[in-house]
Amino acid sequence: MWGQGIIKGLRVTARNFFGSYFHKSRLVTVEYPEQKRPTPENNRNFPFLVYDGDDPEKGLRCVACKICEKECPPQCIYIVPEKDERGRPRKHPHLFDIDISVCMSCQICVEVCPFDAIKMDQEYELSRSNRFEGLLLHKRDLAKPNAYYRQIHPTEASLVDAELEQARQQQAAKEKPAAGATAGPGQPPQ
Amino acid sequence: MQTILAVTDPEFWIVNLGAWLTGWFEPAWRPWIQALLQAAALVGGFATLFAVTTILERKGLGRIQNRPGPNRVGPFGLLQPAADGIKMLTKEDIVPARADKIVHFLAPIVMLAPVTLAFAVIPYGREMTPMPLDAGLLFFFAVGAGSELAAFMAGWSSRNKYSLLGAIRAIAQMISFELPLVLSTVAVVMMAGSLSLVEIARRQAEYVSFVPQWHILTPWGLAGFLTFFTAALAESNRSPFDLPEGESEIIGGFMTEYSGFKYAIFFMAEYFGMFAVSSLAVVLFLGAWSAPLPGLQFIPSYVWFGIKLMGLLFVFIWLRGTLPRLRADQLMSFCWKLLLPMALINIGVAAGWHYSRDWSFPAAWGCRWFLGLAGVGLPFMGLAWGLRRRRGWGPRVYRYAE
Repeated sequence: MWGQGIIKGLRVTARNFFGSYFHKSRLVTVEYPEQKRPTPENNRNFPFLVYDGDDPEKGLRCVACKICEKECPPQCIYIVPEKDERGRPRKHPHLFDIDISVCMSCQICVEVCPFDAIKMDQEYELSRSNRFEGLLLHKRDLAKPNAYYRQIHPTEASLVDAELEQARQQQAAKEKPAAGATAGPGQPPQ
Repeated sequence: MQTILAVTDPEFWIVNLGAWLTGWFEPAWRPWIQALLQAAALVGGFATLFAVTTILERKGLGRIQNRPGPNRVGPFGLLQPAADGIKMLTKEDIVPARADKIVHFLAPIVMLAPVTLAFAVIPYGREMTPMPLDAGLLFFFAVGAGSELAAFMAGWSSRNKYSLLGAIRAIAQMISFELPLVLSTVAVVMMAGSLSLVEIARRQAEYVSFVPQWHILTPWGLAGFLTFFTAALAESNRSPFDLPEGESEIIGGFMTEYSGFKYAIFFMAEYFGMFAVSSLAVVLFLGAWSAPLPGLQFIPSYVWFGIKLMGLLFVFIWLRGTLPRLRADQLMSFCWKLLLPMALINIGVAAGWHYSRDWSFPAAWGCRWFLGLAGVGLPFMGLAWGLRRRRGWGPRVYRYAE
């Protein structure tokens, strides 16, 4: 009534002013390009292709079955399977493009993939100088190692790895009586 | 220039530098050269202070809001004013097609010129007044009143309803608050017996034992300072009285149709007005260039002036970070029903303080202080209480708009 409110307000702002020099916790700003908030584990934006081992070309889990291409609601995936000399498909993508300007991050491609070959990425610094070519990601850009997948989605990745390992062992057990000593090559999960 | 300064005084060199520089010219030219030099020093100095204040304000407001403030340009963001300046200079200058082009062009200049003139009469240090007029205070207010005209020129010539609304607000506010601003200085003029700011400053530079004779250290001076400062906030269109530009209500007020460098000049004029009126507050109430203790006189007088000025500017920024904007009717009732009566009562209290000077009975000092504080405190409490009881501060009643 007699100006106490002004004094009280000035006290609050003065405490903020001087406090911000002494208590780092008061400055909550994350100075973005230098500092980044860790993304939550379930954060997802665009798909990427998982590969096992060290070679992003040979290790790709993708067999170019085109299920994701067919299921993709905005149809942002484009796959051309690799052909051998006789023109038969080789269970390996020759081209695998995702247009992230079209992708709506629905994760349906991940749900339908029977080979756990496509997963959702967390990379968000995707600005490009060209909005057509730049936003069309090719196989080379999309292929990322399984270690990276384990790093961004640890829980999900360990489940997937366990499943793959189990499937591999079952496969090996099935092949053992049939083929005897010649066990399938089956790449070990990373 | 009077030659009261000794060679050992730090002011001696600054004052005589001007005399030495003008000595190179024909005697007939010397007054002009000297005026030019002083103007250049003033404008240069205050333009630098303007740059410093903008970065300090942005940093300070940031800290008040628990943000780091600008920190991208240069170390700690210190080069931000340079970046702002380049941005302002290179922006497109848009003039509305139907605007009155000449008046639209003149308004920023008319805004900046009077506040720059007002700098001339401020005593920045011992014997460091560019233009020691006998009626310096009068000159200050006389030229300061020109900025109202500029605000209305800008608002009217833009041919934009928001500009005009802002200009109307600016006129109403500046003319209303001019009254308590001037009346709160009347007490100082009465006590000093002079309109000369140099004289007012010199009188405050004396000490009784170790207590400086600053006007703020008296009941009437304290009340006068608070009244003056509040009116000065409104006069320089600073928050919480920044209605003329109120972004959330009328976009940018009279500055809506200004862009580029013209806008920068308006901005500069606003800050210059803030500096001028803060300098005047320092001179009238805070002892101008005198040191707060006799033992601190070895620090140059202009440094003391600068410290006090920066302190007041900090309070300006602090208040801006604290108080929300007033409503137009609250602003007016605050001015006419509280500030103006307080300024008038304060003149009476100052007179009482003056005539009780010779009291010599025991505890006369305490008695004077008690009476002085009661003389300003009781009316203030009564006015505040009365304002609260009557309508004015309550929620607004819409009679026709419902």
